[in-house]
Amino acid sequence: MSTDSQKMPYTPPALEFKSSTFSVPVLVLSSDDLLIIEQQLQEKVDLAPEFFKNSPLVLDVQALNKQGYAIDIAALTELIRKIGLLPIGIRGGNAQQNRQALELLMPVYSIRSGGVTEETQKQKTVTPEPNTELDSDVTATTLITQPIRSGQRIYAKGDLVITAQVSAGAEIMAEGNIHVYNTLRGRALAGVQGNTDARIFCFDLQAELISIAGNYKVSEDLDESVRNKPVQIYLQDQALIIKDIVQHH
Amino acid sequence: MARIIVVTSGKGGVGKTTTSAAIAMGLAKKGHKTAVIDFDVGLRNLDLIMGCERRVVYDFVNVINGEATLNQALIRDKNCNLLYILPASQTRDKDALSQEGVGKILDELKKDFKYIVCDSPAGIEKGAHLAMYFADDAFVVTNPEVSSVRDSDRMLGILASKSRRAEQNEEPIKEYLLLSRYAPDRVKLGEMLSVDDVQDILSLHLLGVIPESKSVLNASNSGTPVILDEKSDAGQAYADIVARYLGENRPHRFIDDKKGFFRKLFGSK
Repeated sequence: MSTDSQKMPYTPPALEFKSSTFSVPVLVLSSDDLLIIEQQLQEKVDLAPEFFKNSPLVLDVQALNKQGYAIDIAALTELIRKIGLLPIGIRGGNAQQNRQALELLMPVYSIRSGGVTEETQKQKTVTPEPNTELDSDVTATTLITQPIRSGQRIYAKGDLVITAQVSAGAEIMAEGNIHVYNTLRGRALAGVQGNTDARIFCFDLQAELISIAGNYKVSEDLDESVRNKPVQIYLQDQALIIKDIVQHH
Repeated sequence: MARIIVVTSGKGGVGKTTTSAAIAMGLAKKGHKTAVIDFDVGLRNLDLIMGCERRVVYDFVNVINGEATLNQALIRDKNCNLLYILPASQTRDKDALSQEGVGKILDELKKDFKYIVCDSPAGIEKGAHLAMYFADDAFVVTNPEVSSVRDSDRMLGILASKSRRAEQNEEPIKEYLLLSRYAPDRVKLGEMLSVDDVQDILSLHLLGVIPESKSVLNASNSGTPVILDEKSDAGQAYADIVARYLGENRPHRFIDDKKGFFRKLFGSK
């Protein structure tokens, strides 16, 4: 027996299958005009270039196909890669689109698991149900007590709370809300994964840019009446509302 | 325990080398054995400001490459025998420095010296990165104007995230603000940011304000650190800064326009 074990030494398994869930952005298309898609996607990416760089992406063409626009997956993929994103799958495609995707080595996902995007769009009318999707992975709040200096970048999967100042040229992003209990001079982007209920709160608004779920305002567009004040910023009918934190009745 | 001080700013021409020379001399004059290193490989200046340019044989890069020992390259200052200068190479560029090589030299210096002052080059590239990487304390030199303040802010971000202390999750680098080329009369006219304006943006511990002064240029030209010019305002400002850094409590000077009536009448030096 001892000779056996010498002949065939025990080798630990080189691999193992495990199940894991990832949070991947889904690109829901509602136009088949590649030029418009390119332009609008580029605008979104420019808001947070570092965050989108090499980000994986699943293409959702279901809504588009329902309207009878069958987009060319090969051309679409090429365009998205050019912008610097990495499509890793498709869902809601027709037979030809799915074949195209597989030729590009992109898996085809079934639409069943992903009613989420439609819910997210309807969330204004519903109770904060879509939050469960965002929260299921990470609910943790990120707390930062050191100043965020020019050139620094913070990304929080949940809420982001900062007690120190955020300098001009810094960028803070959160999938949830952003609270800055100090002066906000840099760029603040809340709800970066599409949570339109996210809000930004800050003690002293001097931001270069504020954004909620992709709806943004640059410093120049900020009204003088809201500058250098404690404010909250939220989205209402796709418009950014900036209001005093303390509501006067 | 030896402490490594980086003198940095991001922006060029704000007075890093003047400051490095002055505080290194100040620390040595207070009885602490001090080395000052020029990290500006390719654009060396520290040797000129220290007045030892004619005694340079070996340099920083020679030591990193093992072509000379540290003792061969260190130049003893002619005014203070507790102060040593490690000059930069003028014929090489910043790629000649390696993190490993710099770390080794600093470790060796730490055995023998109390303070090691690293004079950072401008910018945020390799030379500046290596100058700050091993630091315990940072003297951030800023001029009272917006672009200098923003560059300092950027450098502070790098100190907080890219230094050895940050990478190894140790206590962060202690950061101090040195506001140089300050002219109270121009602040009054609104031509220059005030101490408060700068502090509002950077919120740092202010180690001292160095007034705009002819004595700085004179000191550079003659190759003697301005701190040795004890009568000059800039020299006194640096003496205050060194004393505060070493724990003395000295009130801030040179912030307000305090020219006397007669000096106003006859003009000041």
